[in-house]
Amino acid sequence: MNASRTLATARRVLQQIRHDPRTIALLLLVPSLLIGLVSWLFSDTAVFERVGPAMIALFPFIVMFLVTSITTLRERRTGTLERLLTMPLGKLEFILGYTLAFGLLAILQALVAVGFAVWLCGLTISGSIWLLLAVALADAILGTTLGLLASAFARTEFQVVQFMPAIVFPQILLGGIFIPRDQLPDVLHAISDWLPLSHAIDALNAVAADSESAEWIGGRLLIIGAFAVGAIVLGSVTLRRRTP
Amino acid sequence: MTNYHGPAIIIDRLHVSRGRRKVLHGVTVSVEPGQVVGLLGPSGCGKTTLMRSIVGVQRIDSGTVTVLGSPAGTPNLRRRVGYVTQSASVYDDLTVTQNLSYFRRVLGAERGEVDRVIEATDLGAHASQLVDTLSGGQRARVSLAAALIGSPELLVLDEPTVGLDPVLRVELWRLFHALADEGTSLLVSSHVMDEATRCDRLLLMRGGVLLADETPTGLLESTGAADTEDAFLTLIARTPRKRAEDDS
Repeated sequence: MNASRTLATARRVLQQIRHDPRTIALLLLVPSLLIGLVSWLFSDTAVFERVGPAMIALFPFIVMFLVTSITTLRERRTGTLERLLTMPLGKLEFILGYTLAFGLLAILQALVAVGFAVWLCGLTISGSIWLLLAVALADAILGTTLGLLASAFARTEFQVVQFMPAIVFPQILLGGIFIPRDQLPDVLHAISDWLPLSHAIDALNAVAADSESAEWIGGRLLIIGAFAVGAIVLGSVTLRRRTP
Repeated sequence: MTNYHGPAIIIDRLHVSRGRRKVLHGVTVSVEPGQVVGLLGPSGCGKTTLMRSIVGVQRIDSGTVTVLGSPAGTPNLRRRVGYVTQSASVYDDLTVTQNLSYFRRVLGAERGEVDRVIEATDLGAHASQLVDTLSGGQRARVSLAAALIGSPELLVLDEPTVGLDPVLRVELWRLFHALADEGTSLLVSSHVMDEATRCDRLLLMRGGVLLADETPTGLLESTGAADTEDAFLTLIARTPRKRAEDDS
């Protein structure tokens, strides 16, 4: 492990994104626009108070999953990854570089989304706003690492985009946004316990209602972190220096 | 640089398949250091696969590939071997300088290397341009510049002169020879036979086998041909029939 190569990779990824202002604008604004839409849609009901926190968890996760899986797939296909792997760049350095760069973007995105939801849409957050941001960030990192992993199993951009409904949608459906998780059929409830996004949404709801201790929320963060580490390890196993 | 003085590349009975297709059928060859060695043959004959095996990114069936005294792909070779793939493997959404600075950091080379390789590949006028806006030939030169960072002892270049204008091609060959004079070993592939005369030594390939390992003049003498193209045809005619069938 070499920190300067990891940082160089993160810096390079950020430089690439800086040359693409439209992507930056979409990354930062779209989540807020959608949160605003939901709050408007349910303006005279309690629905926004219930799903608002979960939406803050969803966007960093979905967006980072998509952006990471597509950029790393592009890197595999254009031959730059092959070039890097003939150089002294470690696989873990490569993956951590990406995670770091997109993690930074995710912090910005979460700041904008949380600020918008709380101050403009009037979402009540009874607990600590910092814990809320921490959970949103953990989500974004989870999305980044799962995206890296998914890109290893896709040969084309078409395939990688299909991983989004395959990997992300079930987690949204079972995560407790549509029906609270304790009201799910037993089998689905058991499955949802094994999906990382469920714990993220639980944590955000707990922060919003201030219904659990900081330790309990820290526990959820650890679960999300464990999934992210698992994805990083699997992802670096799927990055091969020698290919057929 | 290390004190290694043996052959730059030693390949012994190398067999490689890609997918279900056998691409290399037992290639054995040794490449002396400090020379520009041309790897010539029609497209699809296995040049790229051979080069990928040398830089250690190709999974092989059997045989050995020794590069600068170590098995191909060992970590100590990652700074000593420069590789340029056929299509330019650089980032389109970065400028020339940003691309090269990144590769410099990954290699841990000195800061001045970026300017040096930009000059060596004559990219000074485009240094702050996005690679996306460059022509094909310019992109190929950025890719080459990245491989020159840190002055690797062996350069493996896959068709580096394709699509370049004649003036630039001559300049690049001059650069290759200047590098060889400083002690760098170069393996340069091409499917254009008239580039053969620019090499110190030639490896002719067809259908995954090595047909000849000769100097350009030696090749013409041994085949009695007028040019490399002719020499190639003569060699094909001499090759046993069974091999020719394997090609298809």
